[in-house]
Amino acid sequence: MAALLEVKNLGISFGGLRAVDDFEVTIKKGQLYGLIGPNGAGKTTVFNLLTGVYKPSEGIITLDGVNITGLKTIEINKAGIARTFQNIRLFKELSVIDNVKAGLHNHYKYSTFEGILRLPGFFKIEEAMTEKAMELLKVFELENEADYLAANLPYGKQRKLEIARALATDPKLLLLDEPAAGMNPNETMELMNTIRFVRDNFDMTILLIEHDMKLVSGICEELTVLNFGRILAQGATGTVLNDPQVITAYLGE
Amino acid sequence: MKGLKLNKNVKDNLITYGIVIIAYVIMQIMINTGHISSLLQGLLVPLCVYVILAVSLNLTVGILGELSLGHAGFMCVGAFAGAFFSRYMEDVIEVSLLRFVIAIIIGAISAGIVGFLIGMPVLRLRGDYLAIVTLAFGEIIKNIINVLYVGKDSSGIHFSMKDSMSLGLTEDGDVIINGAQGITGTPKDATFTIGIVLIIITLVVVLNLIHSRDGRAIMSIRDNLIAAESIGINITKYKLMAFSISAALAGMAGVLYSHNLSSLMATPKNFGYNMSIMILVFVVLGGIGNIRGSIISAVILTLLPELLRGLSNYRMLIYSVILIVMMLFNWSPKLINLRKKYSLRRLFKKTGEVR
Repeated sequence: MAALLEVKNLGISFGGLRAVDDFEVTIKKGQLYGLIGPNGAGKTTVFNLLTGVYKPSEGIITLDGVNITGLKTIEINKAGIARTFQNIRLFKELSVIDNVKAGLHNHYKYSTFEGILRLPGFFKIEEAMTEKAMELLKVFELENEADYLAANLPYGKQRKLEIARALATDPKLLLLDEPAAGMNPNETMELMNTIRFVRDNFDMTILLIEHDMKLVSGICEELTVLNFGRILAQGATGTVLNDPQVITAYLGE
Repeated sequence: MKGLKLNKNVKDNLITYGIVIIAYVIMQIMINTGHISSLLQGLLVPLCVYVILAVSLNLTVGILGELSLGHAGFMCVGAFAGAFFSRYMEDVIEVSLLRFVIAIIIGAISAGIVGFLIGMPVLRLRGDYLAIVTLAFGEIIKNIINVLYVGKDSSGIHFSMKDSMSLGLTEDGDVIINGAQGITGTPKDATFTIGIVLIIITLVVVLNLIHSRDGRAIMSIRDNLIAAESIGINITKYKLMAFSISAALAGMAGVLYSHNLSSLMATPKNFGYNMSIMILVFVVLGGIGNIRGSIISAVILTLLPELLRGLSNYRMLIYSVILIVMMLFNWSPKLINLRKKYSLRRLFKKTGEVR
C-alpha cells in the first residue's frame, strides 16, 4: 500500500513554547491510525498544522504525493483533508441536512444567479445534493432527524453529524479529534463500528486522536504517542501500548 | 422527506409575499375609496423604503451575523446616484418610468460597488470592531457627499470638492449636486406601487439567496467560522457577497427615497448614525434573521410615531415604552406559545378559506 500522508520534521513554536517538535508520521492508504498522549502533548496542534489552521515553523507535509505545507485551510480541504473538532463545531442554526449540504458545497455548484432566479439548474443540483446528503445521513442513522436544527440533536448524534459533514467534502484523509469524548460505553461501541464502516465503505484513511483506550486498541492499527510535543513511541498498536515508556508517561501502571 | 422540506420553505416564503401583497391591496382599496388620511398617504413610500432597508440589513445582521452600523451610508450612495442620474437625464429620457427604473439600477449598482469596496478591508474585523468601522464609513460617505459639487454643461460633467463656482460651468450650465444643499428638483417618480414592487424584488433576492447554496455558505460562516473554513467554504467571498448585496438593496431603497422628495440633502437626520440605528432597531425587534419580522416591525415602528402625533408631548415616551416592552416580551417563551396558538399563519389561512 502506498503512503497517503507523509509528514517529515514538522514543528511549530508559539513564542518560546515548542508545541510540536520533529513530528514525523507516514500513514498508508486505508489505514486507521491513532494519535494519543497526555493532555497538552500537542495532539490537536498537530491536527491544526495538518489542516492549515497554524502554519508550521518547519517541516513538510505531503498528501498523496502533493506538497500541502503552508496552504490555507480551504485549499487543504480541497486537496483532501477533512476534520472534526474536539469541541463540536456544527452549524447550529442550520438543519441537520443543511449541515451536510454545506459540506457538499464544493462538489455541487450552481451560480448565485441561478439560485436567486430559481433557474432549472438550481432545482436539479439541489435535488442531487439532497439525495447525496440523505445517503450520508443514512450511514450515520440520522435520516429521521434531517429537518431538525443541528443544535437540537443529542450529543452523540452531533458527533456523528460532524463526521458526516466532513465526509461530505469527499476527503482522502479524515481527521477525527476525540470522536468518543463524552460518550458512554454503548455509544463508543457504536462509534467504533461506524468508524470501521466508514473506512471500509468509503475507502477512507483515518487519523484519530482519542483518550478512550478501548477504542484506540479496538480499531487503530498503528499508533503514535506524543508527549511534550515530541514523539515518544510509534508503531503497531500492540507493541506501542506495551512500551514501558508509554506506560509510565501516559497509561499508568 | 426532501420534498417536504423544500415545500416548507416555499410555503413560508409565499406567506411573506402574501402579507405584502394583501397589505398593498388593502391600502389601494382604502386610497381609492378615500378612507385614508393625507398624512398616512404621504407615509406610504417612506414605509416601503424602511421595509427594504430593514430586510436588506437583516441580510447582514441576521444571515451573515455581522453587526453593521453604516447601512444609511449605502442608502445615501444609492439616493444620490439615482437622483443624479434622474436630474441629468431628465430632458433626455422623457418616459418617467423608464428613467426611474434605470435610476434604481444605477443606485443599486453604485451602492453595491461601494459596499464591496468598503467590505473588503472592513470584513476582516469582527463584532464590535466591525460595527464601529462601518459606523465611521457611513459618516464618511455622508460627509463626502456634503462637500461634493457636480454640474453639467455643454462640455460635459464637472466635479469639484470646493464650491459650485470652481466647477467652471458655462452659462448654460446646471449645478446638479450642490454640496450641502444636495440635489434639488429631482423628479417625483416614486409611487407606492413601485415601492411595493421593489419590496417584492428585495424579498425575492434575499429569501432565494438564503435558501440556496450560497445562503447556506453564508449562514455556515455565521454559525461557525472555523468549521466553515474546514469544509472548504471561501469565507471572504461569501462575506463580501452578503455585504454587497445588502448594500445594493439599501441603495435601491435610497433611490426610492430620493425620488419621493423634491430636495435631497445628506443631513445627519436622514443618512446619519440615527438612521442606521433606526434600521437596526427594526431588525432587532422583528427578530434577527427573521425576514418577515423585519417587515412587520418596520411598518409598525414607522407608523407608531405618526399615529401618536395627537399625543404630541408624550409620543416619544410611549414609543420608547413600547420598544422596551417589545424587546422584553417578544421572545419570552409564554408569548411565543401564545403566538403559535393564534399565529398569523393560521389567521391568514382562515381568511383565505372564507374567500
